[in-house]
Amino acid sequence: MEIPYTDKARPDTGLYNAKVGLWLFLASEIMLFGALFSSYIMLRVGADEGVWPAVKLAWPHHLLNVPIGTFNTAVLITSSVTVVMAWASLKMNNFKRFRMFMVITILCAFAFLGIKSYEYNEKFTHYELRLKDGKALTGHLEVNGKHPGFWSPSDLWNLPRLTSSNVTEVKFVADPMEGHGGHASHEALTVKVDEISHLDAFIPRNHTFFAIYFTITALHGLHVLGGALVLAYFTFPGAGMWKTNPEQFTNRIEVGGLFWHFVDLVWIFLFPVVYLL
Amino acid sequence: MSLKAFHLVFIVASVLLMTGFSAWGGARWRTTGDVVDLAWCFLGGVAAVGLVVYARYFLKKLKHISYL
Repeated sequence: MEIPYTDKARPDTGLYNAKVGLWLFLASEIMLFGALFSSYIMLRVGADEGVWPAVKLAWPHHLLNVPIGTFNTAVLITSSVTVVMAWASLKMNNFKRFRMFMVITILCAFAFLGIKSYEYNEKFTHYELRLKDGKALTGHLEVNGKHPGFWSPSDLWNLPRLTSSNVTEVKFVADPMEGHGGHASHEALTVKVDEISHLDAFIPRNHTFFAIYFTITALHGLHVLGGALVLAYFTFPGAGMWKTNPEQFTNRIEVGGLFWHFVDLVWIFLFPVVYLL
Repeated sequence: MSLKAFHLVFIVASVLLMTGFSAWGGARWRTTGDVVDLAWCFLGGVAAVGLVVYARYFLKKLKHISYL
């Protein structure tokens, strides 16, 4: 049995099946990301005034790396341009150009994910330290001569774990404080464990900001990964359809491109909300 | 909505983002006086203009493709 309207548009709607399906899916995605954005904004405006970590419940968004976020924004905008050029190349019967633009799009996707992993690494190896005398610092930790890494959960330290591991003191390289010219020395402070009231990495359990930041960006990252895998399938193993049914293949690329644009559009909203405001 | 129309929506959103980013850099530069913030302001402005130029090129190149 032949399925109707896979390559030709339905006369009453003017759309082929996959496009209707994709837009319905994107409507559900808008609700999903919309809920997360709303949550972020509500939490952001409800946070205490002041600079974190001095004010415990202030919003620590200034810890995000704006140059890296800006570069990633440029990478995603470039990938949207190349995916639309790939589709336009198919419309002009130029398969070679289509493949070239798709390869650039996929490379941009993996570059984005690689850069995001670097940012995650920065957060997972960064620590908040509070002392019993009320002092609060952020910086990098050294336990038993080792700097905690990113990929191994056993490298993540907090106060209960330090105590149960019988660690008596740690070294801590504090970040330059904001408003102090940013030129603090990078000497390691030796801190006794019984002077510490709180210690944790910049991970979801540490602060509401990190919880929502990792939820939204990881969900977005999964969309980037999923989109890149689908586009890679269309570019290489799935490209045989171009010879048997070029119109349906072009439609598939258009639908893939629409999803890719949605993912990029989410980032266009995410970047200013999370990094700048 | 076709990929062509959605791409235009995306480019408009990107132009707005870059304009806002430029304003953010400018506002920060006025308070901090840091040259890096001025560079963000300039970069955002250049990117916004670049995207407008690209949008014009895109519309010209794909004028035969439907918006639906």
